[in-house]
Amino acid sequence: MKVGVCLKQVPATDTRVRVNPDATGILTDDVKWEINAYDEYALEEGIRLKQGGKATEVILFSIGDAGSEARIRDGLARGADRAVRLDDAAFAGSDALGKARILAAALAAEGVGLALCGRQAIDSDQGAVPVMMAEVLGWNQTIYVDKLVIDGGSYTAHRAAGGGAREVVTGSLPAVITCDKGLNEPRYATLPGIMAAKKKPIVVKNAAALGLDPGTVGAGAALVSESTMGLPPARPAGRILSGEPAAVAAELVRLLRDEAKVI
Amino acid sequence: MGNGILVFCETEAGTPRKTAWELVSKAAALGLGPVSAVVLGDADVSSLGAYGASTVYHYTGAAFGTHSTGVVVKALQAAISAANPAYVLGAASQQSRDAFPRLAARIGAGLAVECTDLRADGGALVGRRPVYAGKALVDARVRSAVGLFTVRPNSFPLGAPSGGSAAVVAGDGGVSPADVDVRVVETLAPASKEVDLTEADRIVSGGRSLKSKEQFDATVRPLGKAVRATVGASRAAVDAGYAHHNEQVGQTGKVVNPSLYIALGISGAIQHLAGMRTSRVIVAVNKDPEAPIFQHATYGIVGDLFEYAPLLQKEFEKAGS
Repeated sequence: MKVGVCLKQVPATDTRVRVNPDATGILTDDVKWEINAYDEYALEEGIRLKQGGKATEVILFSIGDAGSEARIRDGLARGADRAVRLDDAAFAGSDALGKARILAAALAAEGVGLALCGRQAIDSDQGAVPVMMAEVLGWNQTIYVDKLVIDGGSYTAHRAAGGGAREVVTGSLPAVITCDKGLNEPRYATLPGIMAAKKKPIVVKNAAALGLDPGTVGAGAALVSESTMGLPPARPAGRILSGEPAAVAAELVRLLRDEAKVI
Repeated sequence: MGNGILVFCETEAGTPRKTAWELVSKAAALGLGPVSAVVLGDADVSSLGAYGASTVYHYTGAAFGTHSTGVVVKALQAAISAANPAYVLGAASQQSRDAFPRLAARIGAGLAVECTDLRADGGALVGRRPVYAGKALVDARVRSAVGLFTVRPNSFPLGAPSGGSAAVVAGDGGVSPADVDVRVVETLAPASKEVDLTEADRIVSGGRSLKSKEQFDATVRPLGKAVRATVGASRAAVDAGYAHHNEQVGQTGKVVNPSLYIALGISGAIQHLAGMRTSRVIVAVNKDPEAPIFQHATYGIVGDLFEYAPLLQKEFEKAGS
């Protein structure tokens, strides 16, 4: 079985966000990019499935321009076999459904039997693309998985349910699994891995190569628009309580009750 | 183009969850047409009319006990056909995260997820949602016949119910056992009886300064109990093994929205602040007066958390709230 791992490059978590002049996104000129943290769990799981004999090949899929190739190369260095980079001017401005269509077409073209994704990208914070991808492909999905066992044509997964509970679920393959922290400990690339990655193929595909109607992706097909991005309102200045510790503790509880009225 | 708002109301132990009432009340207040609700599975739906729903589509049958996404999506589709709404709202819950994107892809609807505010603008619904874990906010609008929005718990204050009642339309949602795709074979109860972090109204969190799992358990958890709060942790504390990964608050953990957030020994890295900055009141206890958390704290205490945690615990126990 071929395993597909979807990768997105996102601004590093310590990025200080600055909004662009037309308030449609952030300024990216000095942003340090990294593989989306949750995608690292997906990649690691794919590599382990191959090492455990459950997968024959681990293929990376990523929508992005040539600038994102360093992150793909990083994924190859950690152990993926090859990559498909999805790049076309027609893809620009795609919403989640557009991106799901692009990725679904690429996964289908490679004959992938299991798609592993991060539970959400930490920039757009949606978690919608993998689930939409499953719908487009006609596969089932399980989200927020922190334990996965593949057994023949089916899988068993542990996932977060509501209210802090967890559920053990089973489903048939092919399927889309979104990966949460706790699933595994992602490895770093080793020097031999980095050397080997230089020779691994990254194929670039556009809409035509995927057999996609350009009218179903990109800004023109987007059903959601996001605008007027702004920074959250600044919090009013706080107060430092000082004095004898026992009195400070008593004063804090009094303030929470009488002033802030939260207890 | 449809009219009005349909709210997907999740239930727990046979009654609508608080998030359901929040969303029905908000939908009624938006003034975008009639408000209807859809409830899946056995439940007492009588309260929904009092919060503003005029019609409740109540679908029941054995398939709903499975919590299967295939079943939920198909039933929601049936409710949309019946109610013909312009917008569908759901809580930003695990069930909606599983079902709404599928539903959106199936019916060709725009989807705005994890909104923290909704407003009507020229007859259209606009969802304000955090991106980059709340480091920025953006307005999402849909351009499809039906627009889907999910909303974070605790986003709206819950008003008092009125005496209104809704017409109940009972049915099976057109689902059958064949629609069950993923099956739940076992439910593992939460390790504690605490409210889930994302829905918690009070949170006590600990950072790397706790220095060990034993000290985390002996310091943060008892205070959490006294405050009647859910326990959280910083990424550093989770990575060091002091707390479970489900307890991590921050950009790569849970994004929380409580009334009260107490941070013990948390310096306030950008990635942590991203996860808790919308908390109504933030209390920080930290030895380092220069810690960034103090720039966000409503009340700050510069001092040793090991000294203050027991004192605070005693005061909260005394206050009995």
